[in-house]
Amino acid sequence: MGKLEIVPLEDVVKEVHDTSTFRFRADIEGAPGQFVMVWIPGHDEVPMALSYLGDVKGITVRAYGDATKALLKMKRGDLIGVRGPYGNTFRLEGLKVLCVAGGVGIASLIAAIEGFSDRGAKVATVLAAKTAEELIFEERCEKSGEVHVATDDGTRGFKGLAPALARKLMGQHTFDMIATCGPELMMKAVLDICLSRRIPCQASTERYMKCGIGICDACVLDDVLVCKDGPVFSGEELAKSHDFGKFRRDESGRRVAL
Amino acid sequence: MMPSVATTLAGLKLRNPTMLASGFLDETGGTLLRVFKAGAGAVVTKSIGPEPRAGNTNPTILELDVGMLNAMGLPNPGMKDFGPEAKIALDGGAVVIGSVFGKDPDEYAGVGKALQGYGVHAIELNLSCPHAKGLGTEIAEDPEAVREFTAAVKGKVKVPVMPKLSPNVSNIAAFAEAAEDGGADAIVAINTLKAMAIAPELRTTVLANKVGGLSGPALRPVGVRCVYEIYEAVDVPIVGVGGIETGRDALEYVMAGARAVQIGTALATRGMAVFEEVTAEIAEFMEERGVKSLASIVGAAHG
Repeated sequence: MGKLEIVPLEDVVKEVHDTSTFRFRADIEGAPGQFVMVWIPGHDEVPMALSYLGDVKGITVRAYGDATKALLKMKRGDLIGVRGPYGNTFRLEGLKVLCVAGGVGIASLIAAIEGFSDRGAKVATVLAAKTAEELIFEERCEKSGEVHVATDDGTRGFKGLAPALARKLMGQHTFDMIATCGPELMMKAVLDICLSRRIPCQASTERYMKCGIGICDACVLDDVLVCKDGPVFSGEELAKSHDFGKFRRDESGRRVAL
Repeated sequence: MMPSVATTLAGLKLRNPTMLASGFLDETGGTLLRVFKAGAGAVVTKSIGPEPRAGNTNPTILELDVGMLNAMGLPNPGMKDFGPEAKIALDGGAVVIGSVFGKDPDEYAGVGKALQGYGVHAIELNLSCPHAKGLGTEIAEDPEAVREFTAAVKGKVKVPVMPKLSPNVSNIAAFAEAAEDGGADAIVAINTLKAMAIAPELRTTVLANKVGGLSGPALRPVGVRCVYEIYEAVDVPIVGVGGIETGRDALEYVMAGARAVQIGTALATRGMAVFEEVTAEIAEFMEERGVKSLASIVGAAHG
């Protein structure tokens, strides 16, 4: 585990205008919620959730920094470096599960949505984006259960933020597990609702990361390592955190406001 | 009776001889304390400089069959912002050794003094980082610089000062003598070995910094040899570091002449439990052979 592999991109699929999925074969395992360190030669190496498990793995990447913008320009046959998989996994427990995905957070959550469904759970997904044309993996979500779309601007489905729609659904139906991935403040809002309703919940967190293997201390959330102890934590664990929803670490390790 | 694995280093009492090596899980107070609670006898901080520093672009790390390459490039929050981190670890009861770096003797002394002000129990001098441009490498290759930098920090702080030496030299004993001349209270050996990896498919080096430091099992025989040579050359206590994963590995260093050892890369394979486990393995070895104290076997391999 953990050895760097240089692999060609087998397929590149444009999901929405600034987000693509990259498929590759690597001699690695992988479970819902785990991530790989992806080396974009000449640019950077960044953590990316596995959006496809199985023989041909996948990562789904939104262009936001130099490295991800460079990756978005890569084509089938181009080479990337991959090591991993790293981190823990979503706990696939519960019979009536609500998954809440905000933006590109669906890239991490989609394997769990399929995993819950494969284990026989009834799954509902809140799939949220800023606007209709930024919705990702709607069909994959539909194959695993109900989908409730939310857009900030109301161009599709519920007009408003994901936590508001999640709160509405929790009021209408009974759930015994909530899983979420998306912007941190969105996740915090979702977890707060779950905790007040005493519904077990889990979230996949993100921090600036360097090593991915639990040794460099860049990705700490309080005294736990997002790369090794996480990235998935329970709502109870995150409720006790002094950092979650408030502080992050910059590249030099300084604690700064989110 | 259980043998005593406690050790003393320049007046510093450690409950066991295992220390967290600088560069690992030591940039923030929470993890420093967590590692101490997990069983380390002391924890060494990330190398702290005068100003915040982001470090190198990734890839900064590569796992190998024989260990690990890294070129972190000395990321650290700077001495001012490190204060609250040190406080968390110290308030929690950890024995903390502050690692410092800088561009000249004054900067080393200034950072050392700041860390002493936070309450650290000793200062380690990173005189030998092989992967941060303009910082360390030149010092590590000149015995006179090692003496000068050590003396500068000694002149400004009261806590023990422990220079960490580089293996990237032809005669490490001369550097240990220079450190001792400069007033070193202990010597830490060794830092990583300058190394490189290339991805043939890409015709390029893997580390963005091109050159990095080799750590892990491959480094152990080099470190043991260096500690052996240093023990013959100087009287100050030695802390052995390089590729220690087991109690037996640690005992190699002890018998070469080390009173304590540092562990870093093994965190990737054994996790934070490595400190408790290595300590137990040392104690078991001693008990089976009727060795009552660690001190009695320090340097045992010297004829």
